[in-house]
Amino acid sequence: MNFAVISTEIFILCLGLFAIVMDLVLPAKESHKSIGAVLIFALTGWFLYMFTLYQGPLNPMEPEAMAVIADKFFYQGMYFVDNYALFFKQMFILATVFTMLFASDYVQSVLRYKGEFYALLLMALLGMCVLASATDFLTMFIGLELMTISFYILTGARMSSKDSSEAAVKYLIIGSVSTATMLYGISLVYGATGSIQFFEVCRNPHLFFPLGIAGITMVLIGFFFKLSIIPFHMWAPDVYQGAPTPITAMLAMGSKAAGIAAFMRALYVAFPMLGMYWLPLLAVLCAICMIFGNIMAMKQKDVKRMLAYSSIAQAGYMMVGIIAADTAGMKATMFYAVLYVFANVGAFAVLAVVEAQKGSTTHRMMNGLAQSAPVLAAVMTISLLSMAGIPPTAGFAGKLYLFTAVVDQGYLWLAFVGFVMSMISVYYYLLVAKAMYLGKWDGSKLNISGTTRAAVVLSVLATILIGVWPEKLAELTNLAANTFLH
Amino acid sequence: MFNEFALEHAWLIPLLPAISFVIIGMVTRSYGKLSAAIAVSMSTISFLLAVGVTLAVVAGNITVDAPFVQKLSWFHIGSVNISMGVLIDPLTAMMLMVVTTVSMLVQIYSCGYMEGDPGYGRFFAFLSLFAGSMLGLVLAVNFLQMYFFWELVGLCSYLLIGFYYYKISAREAAKKAFMTTRVGDFGLLLGILLLQLTFGTLDFMELQQLVPIYVMHGGAGFLTIIALLLFVGPIGKSGQFPLHVWLPDAMEGPTPVSALIHAATMVVAGVYLVGRAFFLFSQLPAVMTVIAWLGGFTAIFAASIAITQRPIKRILAYSTISQLGYMMLALGVGSLTSSFFHLMTHAFFKAMLFLSAGAVMHAMAEEADIFKMGGLRKKMPVTFAAMTIGVLAISGIPPFAGFFSKDEILAAAAQVSPALYILATITAFMTAFYMARLLFVAFMGQPANQEAYDHAHEVGWFMRVPLIVLSVLSVVSGIWAHMAGFDDWVRFGVPAHEGMNLMIAGTSTLLAVIALALAWKVYVAKSWNADALAEKWGVLYQLSFHKFYIDEIYAALIKFFVDGIAKVLYWIDVHIVDGIVNALGGLVRAVSEMLSPAENGQVQSYAGVYLFGVIVLLAYGVYYASKLMAMLGGAF
Repeated sequence: MNFAVISTEIFILCLGLFAIVMDLVLPAKESHKSIGAVLIFALTGWFLYMFTLYQGPLNPMEPEAMAVIADKFFYQGMYFVDNYALFFKQMFILATVFTMLFASDYVQSVLRYKGEFYALLLMALLGMCVLASATDFLTMFIGLELMTISFYILTGARMSSKDSSEAAVKYLIIGSVSTATMLYGISLVYGATGSIQFFEVCRNPHLFFPLGIAGITMVLIGFFFKLSIIPFHMWAPDVYQGAPTPITAMLAMGSKAAGIAAFMRALYVAFPMLGMYWLPLLAVLCAICMIFGNIMAMKQKDVKRMLAYSSIAQAGYMMVGIIAADTAGMKATMFYAVLYVFANVGAFAVLAVVEAQKGSTTHRMMNGLAQSAPVLAAVMTISLLSMAGIPPTAGFAGKLYLFTAVVDQGYLWLAFVGFVMSMISVYYYLLVAKAMYLGKWDGSKLNISGTTRAAVVLSVLATILIGVWPEKLAELTNLAANTFLH
Repeated sequence: MFNEFALEHAWLIPLLPAISFVIIGMVTRSYGKLSAAIAVSMSTISFLLAVGVTLAVVAGNITVDAPFVQKLSWFHIGSVNISMGVLIDPLTAMMLMVVTTVSMLVQIYSCGYMEGDPGYGRFFAFLSLFAGSMLGLVLAVNFLQMYFFWELVGLCSYLLIGFYYYKISAREAAKKAFMTTRVGDFGLLLGILLLQLTFGTLDFMELQQLVPIYVMHGGAGFLTIIALLLFVGPIGKSGQFPLHVWLPDAMEGPTPVSALIHAATMVVAGVYLVGRAFFLFSQLPAVMTVIAWLGGFTAIFAASIAITQRPIKRILAYSTISQLGYMMLALGVGSLTSSFFHLMTHAFFKAMLFLSAGAVMHAMAEEADIFKMGGLRKKMPVTFAAMTIGVLAISGIPPFAGFFSKDEILAAAAQVSPALYILATITAFMTAFYMARLLFVAFMGQPANQEAYDHAHEVGWFMRVPLIVLSVLSVVSGIWAHMAGFDDWVRFGVPAHEGMNLMIAGTSTLLAVIALALAWKVYVAKSWNADALAEKWGVLYQLSFHKFYIDEIYAALIKFFVDGIAKVLYWIDVHIVDGIVNALGGLVRAVSEMLSPAENGQVQSYAGVYLFGVIVLLAYGVYYASKLMAMLGGAF
């Protein structure tokens, strides 16, 4: 067993333990920002180091290549670290770093248990990393649960807020139902094929029996729940609204991206033969998500809740790339997931400041933000425009890749739905901008700490940079997509 | 030596004024005198180069059959290669001479005329741009290059007509000119595109080889359509009926502009285009007939309007339309030579007439109505002399320039169609009459407005010199060209060597003299009362005075069709298009409203929805699996 393969996971686990220990060691009165600072530096360092781990394209015909590929497996083919996994892990780490950056004030001022916040966030991150690499159903399930259970707790971290507790309980209950569904599905797949390993499941003809198909359907439903695909989305608005804002951000970008990572691997590795079955299903659900996610977002008065619905629609957009089911589609989905991270960081960092200093995130609280904190208003606007896909932000490039990929596969109607709904989405995104720029200012000022400022400025720069010059990111996603399973 | 240089560097001729435009526009615009100096010196160099080119053409063996061509690739799209360059043959050389001479003289004149105008620098920038564009048009090697500059001169015309942009009438006139000529340009563009589709090239020299072969093999049917479309461009640009309406209104521009653009140069671009593409038109008798008759009709039609007009520039404008009709008529009857001969003489004497008119208006505090002038010959002797020469020239009295060119046209028309000849002769008679009327009413008799008359004065030297130079040209250019063998030089096909037809020349001269005498009787001797005559010929007078109500008819047509359609479309836009958009928006909001209660916060209902989803998906899964089983037929 080559432990070097799972060095990232080991590193994150150690950091998590370190956070718990530090929390106990630090005096209760002391600021816990230092823990965050250490973690941010450590994770950033690892993030940069991970760039060296990418493997150039291999020719699978050569014997050395086979050896290189075999070397990336861990523990009997249960765990596999290809470029695809590396890419997603880097994205998760990036999301976590950004969240920690803008959460440090929030944690300090709002949350009661501060060290746990960091430790649990790292555990969730560990779960995500496991999801990105899992090549059998059980490992995948463990990653999923590690992540989800951490999120259950984090959702309820605002002990003083009833909303937060309510959200946590709802999340737990519905989440358990979904876990049960998925686990049942896995057992059916195992029953039909006699294996839980992706590579073996895919080869087994018994997958085509009703038993196997029922199992696959339930596994898919488990993923749909994670991605908040309609009609398995009902938890999302309540949980997004109730959870502490940094956690909402992580749910929207981290949890969802991790779901996508495992979902794509399961679909393309374990169930590729049944594409005829799941492709139409996905296409229909994806269209439903794009349509109703956007429509329901329109009437929301709370920006966090609005973003919850918008994230349902965004999940639909990311599914567009999965439906294309080729490297171009994979690349587009990965590209979009990254830019969605930056857009979310921008939007939620602003919301975290507003929530911490004004108590809630309704549209009324956004009124006059352009006067009280012009930087935040600008960041919010740009991030929302990126979600809507307006050039020159990254969202435009992302949607362009997605829709080109899917149109190439013949799903013109899906791209059409996506275009129309993107236009509709501009309406509610701009409602927020309208409130910020045209709403009446109550005269209050907002304090913005250096770390938050760094987070928002960096995310907006990234949003614009990717929008104007998508070349580098596109190359990286291309490499990850082309060397999938190499 | 210099000739060789000028020929090799002919591309400098349009480029220099263009440079002057850029310099004035970007840098020196606010320094009026400096801008004028730059513009005049650039056009003088252009003029000298044009002289060099002309000498080279005369000296060298450059004829219409063996032109001098220089070109480089402009762009290519797919297999379409378009080049840009210069094509010099006697036709071009003559046009270069006319355009550079007139534009240089007009610029000198403008130094005096525009004195004190706040837009002094801007004016010279536009004049330079115009000169550059027109010269580029003249030198074009293919239809696309020509079209490019064709549009540019259109733009300059727009800018210069609307030069007094603070006057509503000027703005309206500029718009009218631009839009009316655009109608023609659209046809021209269609024709050019069809040419490209048919022949795969737009190059004049290549087309010249290809067209006869095409006609020989494929007949003239399709080419006739192309040629008619091409001809729509000249109809607009050269003010032929029914697109002539913009030209009289174009007199809203400063008078030097009227002289340069709307009399001497730009308006002849249409004539030049037909001449340049004569290899095409001459192959198509049907089109030639259309051109001849349209030209002839325009000539007499405009002349009949000019008889009753009162503003001095408007009379000259209708006279211009009429003379352009003459040129078209000449082209239509196949006489390229006489058409271009008349083009040249007309450019000189019409420019001079306009400049004289400008001098008069300048002196009379912008008074335009000739019946409010009178007796000016004593106050403005030089202008009077120039105007008299111009009137004699345009009337076709020997030995002035117009006599020779007009006589050639009449002779050419007589050979082809007696009807056209009679039409042209009547027009010549009318022309002499209304021009004499202008001269006599404005300069002879008693001053109608004593106060304005007292202020009137002879113009300054800047304005006087161009008048004198053009007077000389108006006298000698006809006879000189006639003697020097213009027929051999500017021609299409074999030169038509004809002596002067004394019968025709005599008739037209006699008629012109009668017309002058008639005008004298009516307007100077007052033997007949002009008002009584107008009364007597009531209907005809009103028709003529109101320009046959063409403008009103157009306005009514536009009101009915364009405004009517606009109303319908507006209604559709407001009630149907916007209605659909608003309804869609409303629908989306309504759906949003409807779905909101589903999210009621009850976790059991969430779970219910979830289970519903599970059941639907499982049902689909089982259905799919059973179908799959049926298809495989128990192969497992």
